[in-house]
Amino acid sequence: MTSPPVFDRPRPASLSDLFFSFTFLALQGFGGVLAVVQRELVERKRWLSHEEFIEDWAVAQIMPGPNVVNLSMMIGARYFGLRGALTALAGILAVPLVLILLLAVLHARFAANPQVAGALRGMAAVSAGLIAAVGLKMWVALKRNPVPLPWCLAIIAAGFVLVGLVKFPLGWVLLILGSLGCVLAYRGLR
Amino acid sequence: MNAAIHITLAWHDWLNLFGHYLLLSMMSLGGAISTTSEMHRFLVEQHGWLTQAQFNDSIALAQAAPGPNVLFVALMGWNVGMNAGSTTAAFLGVLVAMTGILLPSTIFTYLVAQWGHRNRELRAVRAFKQGMAPVVIALLLSTSWILASSAGADGTHWPLWLLALASCLVIWRTKLHLLWMLGLGALLGALGLI
Repeated sequence: MTSPPVFDRPRPASLSDLFFSFTFLALQGFGGVLAVVQRELVERKRWLSHEEFIEDWAVAQIMPGPNVVNLSMMIGARYFGLRGALTALAGILAVPLVLILLLAVLHARFAANPQVAGALRGMAAVSAGLIAAVGLKMWVALKRNPVPLPWCLAIIAAGFVLVGLVKFPLGWVLLILGSLGCVLAYRGLR
Repeated sequence: MNAAIHITLAWHDWLNLFGHYLLLSMMSLGGAISTTSEMHRFLVEQHGWLTQAQFNDSIALAQAAPGPNVLFVALMGWNVGMNAGSTTAAFLGVLVAMTGILLPSTIFTYLVAQWGHRNRELRAVRAFKQGMAPVVIALLLSTSWILASSAGADGTHWPLWLLALASCLVIWRTKLHLLWMLGLGALLGALGLI
């Protein structure tokens, strides 16, 4: 990032804004943070467009490492370079880490409680719905995608069957369907 | 957690643990969760540093708790340390496991992402990012499906599926804050309605 990018929409005001934004969204992420990232950063704060979010997530997903950690680091780096990357990383991990260690200590006492187990089950169901909703929202990003729409649909369907239903190893799915998508996109871009 | 075991860890065991997580970090394509079977082999079967129950609980708790799912790695480190006999060891376990699983992958991702950002006008870079979009959507739908299935695996749990579907529609179509839906899910679950 040698030339300063032009910002025509909201961006994090400061490193502490970045830190607390990521902490806040991490604490809402039951069963995964990704859906919350989309909700908070794309829809509420508008730091990212749908297209940028899906592109960044593709990179975060394909790289080794936890994808939400990768994603937050990339978003932080976009605004504040290395300092931003480290701040976003700390934001998404620090407070949830303390919290989960507290939960681990209390776990034995609460695990047997049917209300607690029920509440966790309910939150997991909501999280599942939430992640699907993010997938549906990403639809708008496909309209301007160089991959033809029928091909997009075919890749989505194949990916869902392979990963969701057949539990095919993720690496192969990324390699095969990802390459297909990239080749189609390359041909579509002029 | 439950049914603790007592183990002794020498400094080379800590190094071994650290090295193992460093290695897993670069193998964790698609998230750290994809390396759990390898962690299981190493921690439970090969070294006996964790019990099966501790291993399962670490994953389940991290799934249920807020925050990135990778925190299950911190819990495994914590439990290994507790098995070794002290809270200090537990904190050392968290530090060793989390640093190990994150350090290589974050450095690598940071460098690649910076390179990609500098070269974002290249046709190949644009093709890669946009060509992955349908795969990303497929993965989101799959994750949702897997999460819903693990919450209500058999058909008798249809209220769970209904709740998942309803929250999907609400989040998709409205601007309602996520915490309201999560709170509703927690309430319905605590009351035993789902």
